[in-house]
Amino acid sequence: MLAPLAILGVFLLALPHIVNPYILSVATLILYLAYTGQAWNVMMGFAGQLSLGHSLYVGVGAYASAALFVHYGIGPWAGVWLSIALCVALGAAIGFLAFRFGISGVYFALLTIAFCEFTRVGFDHLQWTGGSGGLFLKVAQRDQIDLANLRGPPAMYYYAILFLAASALLGCYFLLKSKAGYYWQAIRENEEAAQALGINTFRWKMLAVVISSAMTAVSGVFFAFYYNNLFPEQIFHISRSIEIILGPIIGGVGTLFGPILGAAVLTILADGITEILGMLGWEIPGIKQVFYGIVMLLVIMFLPNGIWPPLARKLGLGK
Amino acid sequence: MLAVKKISKSFRGLKAVSQASFDVPAGSIVALIGPNGAGKTTCFNMIAGVFATDSGEIHFQNSPIQGLRPDQVCSAGIGRTFQIVKPFAGLSVLDNVIVGALHREGSVSSARIFSLSILKKLNLDAKKDLPASSLTLPDRKRLEVARALATRPKLLLLDEVMAGLRPTECDLMVEVFRDLNRSDGLTILLIEHVMRAVMALAQKVVVLHHGEIIASGAPAEVVRDPAVLECYLGEETEV
Repeated sequence: MLAPLAILGVFLLALPHIVNPYILSVATLILYLAYTGQAWNVMMGFAGQLSLGHSLYVGVGAYASAALFVHYGIGPWAGVWLSIALCVALGAAIGFLAFRFGISGVYFALLTIAFCEFTRVGFDHLQWTGGSGGLFLKVAQRDQIDLANLRGPPAMYYYAILFLAASALLGCYFLLKSKAGYYWQAIRENEEAAQALGINTFRWKMLAVVISSAMTAVSGVFFAFYYNNLFPEQIFHISRSIEIILGPIIGGVGTLFGPILGAAVLTILADGITEILGMLGWEIPGIKQVFYGIVMLLVIMFLPNGIWPPLARKLGLGK
Repeated sequence: MLAVKKISKSFRGLKAVSQASFDVPAGSIVALIGPNGAGKTTCFNMIAGVFATDSGEIHFQNSPIQGLRPDQVCSAGIGRTFQIVKPFAGLSVLDNVIVGALHREGSVSSARIFSLSILKKLNLDAKKDLPASSLTLPDRKRLEVARALATRPKLLLLDEVMAGLRPTECDLMVEVFRDLNRSDGLTILLIEHVMRAVMALAQKVVVLHHGEIIASGAPAEVVRDPAVLECYLGEETEV
């Protein structure tokens, strides 16, 4: 298990020196989705709590640190703490409402969508962050690396998100092997039995939501400083939430490598198809979404546990 | 150890349990028997904190436990199994037990060691790496017991763990419980239809019918009680 991981690690570290800027941007997107998917997976894959509004945390995380930067020149290393604090507060509020009053399953998912939509509408009217007109970070010359303000060439963003994705993988590995991992999986598999074994299910579900929202907040900070423009209509849109969860679902919910594999497969195939169609002169709007739908359908029909579990079995690896 | 005092529970007007009182002395094995729908599992669920009692009190080691959540009841020292087994299907047999063991063990590694010893006791150690979903029903019942034991209970509530076992398997289970009771001092309250196990294990039998306790006492006496014979065991039953 360690040898293939080391090879993959070396390959990913060397990537910016090998490939052209377009491929690097695709790789950055893959790692961004892998990281965010990993964060979502803590909540759904480990603890079994379905969030369909995870773009809430990406958006709030992005807006918080971007606004601090734009208005006060406070860099992302300080801003990220505000992002995390806000997202944890939101996650805790959703979790408290749901778990305290016994809202679970699809109703919990609806609650997460509702919070995300409320927030989107709120940001549409929040003039401090530019309202629906958007919030923009200054895009200056990008050759110098200014790590303190996360301004620099594409390779810097690539390495930043690579670091985040690798840390998330490692962190989730240890979480899964810890008491929390066992308790979350027990709650996911059968909450009543988990409770009978002395697990305070409310507390442990809250922990999952808090960790997941904090991780996703960081993903939002990256989003803000990489893309440099934020619109409520885009960042909080439900299609963003769907995009986040497609990777882990296709790769394998609850597995460590599922979110990474899923993000890679989806992004490469979707961008590949768009490229090929482009070369043929066909510009079809929305083709990516149609493609997502088809892949989703195929995976549900033929690989209901995602791509990773059967692949891992074939390679003789564990989870 | 456990004192149940006049507990009652109704579901939409249907009296599932009414004014039931019984004691489980420390170190004893008590059986709760009665026909289907008598309210046995409802009694269990009230003790385990799944249902709140409508009235009455439940004391465990001289402190009231009614109104506690199931996890708090477990922390107090009461372990339980479910009649309709609830394994963590996606986890391995060993991981199922580790979840229970983590309740008292400080680390995952010590919980694993403790869990392995429990699996051995219940003859499940050969299947420790299988997913719980692949177990047969008798093995799932055993897993329920192993998981509950892993929380190191002082009182164990067993809800029909013998059902579906062959007589020889049943005798093995009886041996396991007798051993736990004698060597570890575990107190056991069991719901059971398999009279073979009840007669072999219980020092005291409580009979529930239509939510009310109609008889209670030593097994040999209770099975001759005319009221019990009429409602549950039947005249010609051989025990």
